[in-house]
Amino acid sequence: MRLREIPITAWVGILGIALACFCAAFAPLIAPYGETEVVGGVWQEADAQFFFGLDNLGRDILSRLIYGARTTLSVALAATVISFSLGILLSFIAAVSGGLIDTVFSRFNDLMMSIPTLIFALVVLAVLPQHLIVLILVMAVLDSTRVYRLGRAVALDVAVMEFVEAARLRGEGTTWIIFREILPNTLSPLLAEFGLRFAFSILFLSTLSFLGLGIQPPAADWGGMVKDNKDGIIFGISAALVPGTAIAALAICVNLVVDWLLKRTSSLKGGRGDA
Amino acid sequence: MPELLSVRNLKIEATSYPPGEPPKRITIVDGVSFDLQKGKVLGLIGESGAGKSTIGLSALAYGRGGAEITGGEVSLNGTNILALGKAGIRKVRGAQVCYVAQSAAAAFNPAHRLGDQVIEASVKHGLMSKDEARKRALYLFRVLGLPHPETFGDRFPHQVSGGQLQRAMTAMALCPNPELIVFDEPTTALDVTTQIDVLAAIKHAIEETDTAALYITHDLAVVAQISDDIMVLRYGKTVEYGSVQQIIEAPTQDYTRALVNVRQTARQEAPDQSQALLRVDNVSAQYSNGFKVLHGVSLHLCKGQTLAIVGESGSGKSTLARVITGLLPPSDGRITFEDKPLTPALKSRSRDELRRIQLIYQMADTAMNPRQTVRDIIGRPLTFYYGLRGAAKTARVKELLEQIEMSNGFIDRYPAELSGGQKQRVAIARALAAKPELILCDEPTSALDPLVAEGILKLLMKLQTESQLSYIFITHDIAIVRAIADSVAVMHRGRLVRFGPKSRALSPPFDDYTDLLLKSVPEMEIGWLERVLSTRRMASAGN
Repeated sequence: MRLREIPITAWVGILGIALACFCAAFAPLIAPYGETEVVGGVWQEADAQFFFGLDNLGRDILSRLIYGARTTLSVALAATVISFSLGILLSFIAAVSGGLIDTVFSRFNDLMMSIPTLIFALVVLAVLPQHLIVLILVMAVLDSTRVYRLGRAVALDVAVMEFVEAARLRGEGTTWIIFREILPNTLSPLLAEFGLRFAFSILFLSTLSFLGLGIQPPAADWGGMVKDNKDGIIFGISAALVPGTAIAALAICVNLVVDWLLKRTSSLKGGRGDA
Repeated sequence: MPELLSVRNLKIEATSYPPGEPPKRITIVDGVSFDLQKGKVLGLIGESGAGKSTIGLSALAYGRGGAEITGGEVSLNGTNILALGKAGIRKVRGAQVCYVAQSAAAAFNPAHRLGDQVIEASVKHGLMSKDEARKRALYLFRVLGLPHPETFGDRFPHQVSGGQLQRAMTAMALCPNPELIVFDEPTTALDVTTQIDVLAAIKHAIEETDTAALYITHDLAVVAQISDDIMVLRYGKTVEYGSVQQIIEAPTQDYTRALVNVRQTARQEAPDQSQALLRVDNVSAQYSNGFKVLHGVSLHLCKGQTLAIVGESGSGKSTLARVITGLLPPSDGRITFEDKPLTPALKSRSRDELRRIQLIYQMADTAMNPRQTVRDIIGRPLTFYYGLRGAAKTARVKELLEQIEMSNGFIDRYPAELSGGQKQRVAIARALAAKPELILCDEPTSALDPLVAEGILKLLMKLQTESQLSYIFITHDIAIVRAIADSVAVMHRGRLVRFGPKSRALSPPFDDYTDLLLKSVPEMEIGWLERVLSTRRMASAGN
């Protein structure tokens, strides 16, 4: 792959994600103030000293935004990656094996989906110890039910193709069929779903934080910052819009990159064209 | 007599978008001219990509998939329809000029009744009232020989057979009393035994309604039955244009001669057919829902020879191949390979057993993973069965490419970058890579143009003499059977109706089904259709 072939939109996406990752990695070095440090008055206006102004407790929004990138990015990304790995693996096994395995997996998935996600998450998180890993896993497992649905549908389409039958006739095992024959042919719809799910994970995380079961204060995360500052909007203070914009920008950047990958994987050369 | 349709210097172009390169203009049709009079039929013939469908659609002033008519004139009754505006063209399409597509199953809306779809264009164009249109449809159903014409229109597309659907589509085209119909390979997707009925119905209907037609096909024998004139096309240019008689009996161009003479080679059958490599004994099979697809089939194949299995769709010939490979375990009977019984299910067979029987599919498109390069496709059996890797594997892949008469340059291409014939060659190489003893060929040439198919058959023959391969060749084409088989098995509705050495199986006395099958194969001879219809003993199924 040559760098010149990457379109402008994908570069914008890559730069945006790189910036967020950079902030997350070097937050203590680049943030002008501490994460929880109170540096001035409540909802103080933006000026030369405080680029985005101060929040509802008088903390620097820019600094919290930089620190918040850490938790938001890592939790949302980890949850999405785990949910995809889990969902794709299980759905592909179901699609390739068929029969009893397919039925058991699919009905269990239906069972999981029949319980409202938020309520399920609240119950489980309230029972389990408050820990970041637990939060990530709960989000991932709940999200993987959606991935399973999509994964099974697209895998079934491919699993009945003759080249899969040819692989079976050769004597190939399930692992080869899943990872070498089916996965490359289903990447397009799955990648598109990844972009969407990542954005949803950020929102879900902020919902959980809002209800007090996500990231615990005073640690910063973008969704939590929107919640903290939402009352300001009534008084014409735009503090809540800054982290909101950051969430939107990150979601758009991820989708720009995913769109480009999508175009690459579904291009005529070696692609199925449709899907 | 004035010309109904007159095409002058037609030029059609399209923009292609090769991956990684700037878009470029390509010429699909260049400088094609022809005339068609009322009540006459012109056959357009050529291999895929010859531009025959594109020319046919130009009679409706339509360019499919980005094709643009950029030059020339298409005059219908003296009016250049290319110069008409959108509204003008709309008046022509579906009223003066109608179109019959190749796959009627895909062209009908499954949610509406056939009758409503057949009369739709006539009513929309205001040519007749609903009742008049219904009456006309009924008349056409009768002319086309459809069963129960009074109630045929009340059925849905899925309730009638493929051959009937194709005839319903012809009725749809004839309904508005058009002056011209474009038939785009109307019988290509049908069985030979069905094709002959549809062909006869179309011919009768054209004569009865005195309509002119453009008949597009790649089968010269078919077009010889129905046309008055034939135009042979290649790469978008006219190769030869003349009357049927002249094209069939005295072609002047080499390409036309090749088309006329395709498959006139016949293989001498092997004299000794007693040493069985594969023996199928009284095998029956059924689907998991209990539907029985094979009834006590027994046959055998000798080492280094070819067994052709012939039959129409649904005769169980492909199922027999699936049973032999182990994809569908037989419910009864046994299969022995080199005197050792083959275990029925795929999972219980050893890797070596799997290696010795390979399968070549009809559609090379779907039989190869579109995300793997030729190197991966051919190389995988090498790694899987022989543990070859790296340079040794590459060297062997190149050797195999040479065997299938393709250059090394193809090694890093994806299937989408190969032509139909090349794809089938790669599929053959994949089977060869396993060094099998038996290759099951499931209609490997039926999706290919005649000359390309001929190349594939020659390759298979060459490989057979080189490495003592045995083939089971599943086909519905008797001409292929004559060309390559040592022994022949004829199947009908899951039963074996005839089996034996070619010389015996294909000579009289015939049973009724074999007689029908043999007589249904179009021959390159004017008047063949009428002669056959008057002499056959059994009507084809489902019509």
